[in-house]
Amino acid sequence: MSTPATTIFSPALAARFDKLVTLYPVRRSALVPMLLYSQDEVGYISDAVVEEIAVRIGITPLDVRNVLSYYSMLRTKPVGKYNVQVCTNISCMLKDGYGILDHCKQRLGIGHKEVTPDGLFSLEEVECIGACCWAPAVQINYDFYDDLTPEKMDKVLEDYRAGRGKETL
Amino acid sequence: MPRLVSHPDEVKIISRRFGQGAAEIDRYIELDGYKAAQAAIEKGPEWIIAEMKASGLRGRGGAGFPTGMKWSFVPKQSEKPKYVLVNGDESEPGTCKDHLIFLHDPHAVIEGTLIAGLAIGAKMGFIYLRGEYRYLLKIMEKAVADAYAKGFLGKNIFGSGIDFEVVTQTGAGAYEVGEESALMESLEGKRGVPRIKPPFPAVVGLYGGPTVINNAETIATAPHILLMGGEAYAKVGTERNGGTRLFGISGHVERPGVYELPMGFNLKRAIYEVAGGIPGGKKLKAVVPGGSSTPVLLPEEIDVGLDFDQMAKAGTMLGSGGVVVIDESVCMVEFALRTIKFYQHESCGWCIPCREGTDWLKKSITRLHAGGAVDKDIDNIRYLAENMMGRTFCPLGDAAAMPTIGFVKKFRHEFEEHLNGKGCPYEHQREAVLV
Ligand code: FES
Repeated sequence: MSTPATTIFSPALAARFDKLVTLYPVRRSALVPMLLYSQDEVGYISDAVVEEIAVRIGITPLDVRNVLSYYSMLRTKPVGKYNVQVCTNISCMLKDGYGILDHCKQRLGIGHKEVTPDGLFSLEEVECIGACCWAPAVQINYDFYDDLTPEKMDKVLEDYRAGRGKETL
Repeated sequence: MPRLVSHPDEVKIISRRFGQGAAEIDRYIELDGYKAAQAAIEKGPEWIIAEMKASGLRGRGGAGFPTGMKWSFVPKQSEKPKYVLVNGDESEPGTCKDHLIFLHDPHAVIEGTLIAGLAIGAKMGFIYLRGEYRYLLKIMEKAVADAYAKGFLGKNIFGSGIDFEVVTQTGAGAYEVGEESALMESLEGKRGVPRIKPPFPAVVGLYGGPTVINNAETIATAPHILLMGGEAYAKVGTERNGGTRLFGISGHVERPGVYELPMGFNLKRAIYEVAGGIPGGKKLKAVVPGGSSTPVLLPEEIDVGLDFDQMAKAGTMLGSGGVVVIDESVCMVEFALRTIKFYQHESCGWCIPCREGTDWLKKSITRLHAGGAVDKDIDNIRYLAENMMGRTFCPLGDAAAMPTIGFVKKFRHEFEEHLNGKGCPYEHQREAVLV
């Protein structure tokens, strides 16, 4: 349990982690947020991320992997720069969420959990994202898009392609 | 930005600051913010708990346990520190109410956390949001920082000599973490699997200390109750079901949205008057009244009051307040399949009846929907689901089994229509669901 001498994270994220582990009664409580924030910066949870987080918290890399494999947002492989997550759960399904999913598949030329060749987009069918009353709903990285139609979806994808998409981190 | 809706039948208590800019602390203070917390400091824990009990408030996460009673179970003396844990892991399909609370009224969550802390003698509270709610976490983080800057959190809050810390936490994708003991595991940096009970969290909870865990809506209601008085709040609702709650009406209605209605409000009126009825002149086929885990109601069963007791009498549950309205164009087998597919995906795998049961249900209903089943498969589906009930560590097993039993019971004829190679009679059948 220590601050490592060298870090793979940006100075800002490293400083954030230094503070994060002190906020709770036990350091380990910072584990899930650290994994997610590392993924935001690195793109996925690499072996190097696992190793450094284990040192920072004072647990084994195996402990880290054990937790990492539980949470559906955490991934050990890169995805597209913009991960398009289409909800098809019940409220969205009733409002043609599957139509939006099919539309995205066709527009992006990829299927569930695939990445476009240029690495710009990836696509995922996801479970309820808490936007049921504004269905059908999609999340691109952390940003929500509600009340979608295929036309609106095109516009959203176009904005990201042109570098004009929202990017909440 | 999620659309806000309004209807004259609403009674706005918890949503009264929505759309008013109350995420800014000064605006929140203008709108009576942090008055309840100051009153709570002045009048002390007994007063808080008495008001909460008088309010008749029952947990808004779905279980409906009386909040005042829950708070009173925490032992006064404890060697280990006590904690307040706010469950904002909103993930029950059909439910998006906490989304709006975090967005429009984050300080109500903080103030409620503080009030719960004062009531039980805790010095620390955690506000846990699902990982997908990053933009809402940012709003919460800013609100917490602003409250610290004003001296409402931290050391010597409001100059009272009392200390109270609040920490926000993000999840990373897991429905199961909405279960209270799994939530504690997750906050302790572990896999979100449930703990065996007893001991209950009020005695041995987070980090082994006595812990109060409440849904975000429940917590955000506490300041309003202290402001208006427990009895006045109780009067808004029905007997043993105090106040109002946020109902998210989604699916096939003209005006989907989150509406704040008094407890006991008639479900039929909520659908036809408040949410504007079914679009396109279509007929109503079914209503899932309280999130995807609650048993389905038929059109002739919806003339019923939306409170915990009346819904239980109607053979279903008030649940999370997520009312999902389904018109005649929908194949109920497909709907049942989408529902079980979710629970199969989210089962944490900790105990066998849930892990295996959800998987077999998904496989059986998939096959049935595609036409590959015979008559006795329908009974097998029901038998399997019934045998999961009450046999799992946490309520996820029941959450998967209950709706399945409901669909088979009430729409058996639709299951039958799919049998013996016939497949789905509804033309909008999709490959995607069958994967
Ligand atoms: S069902 Fe799609 S957001 Fe809830």
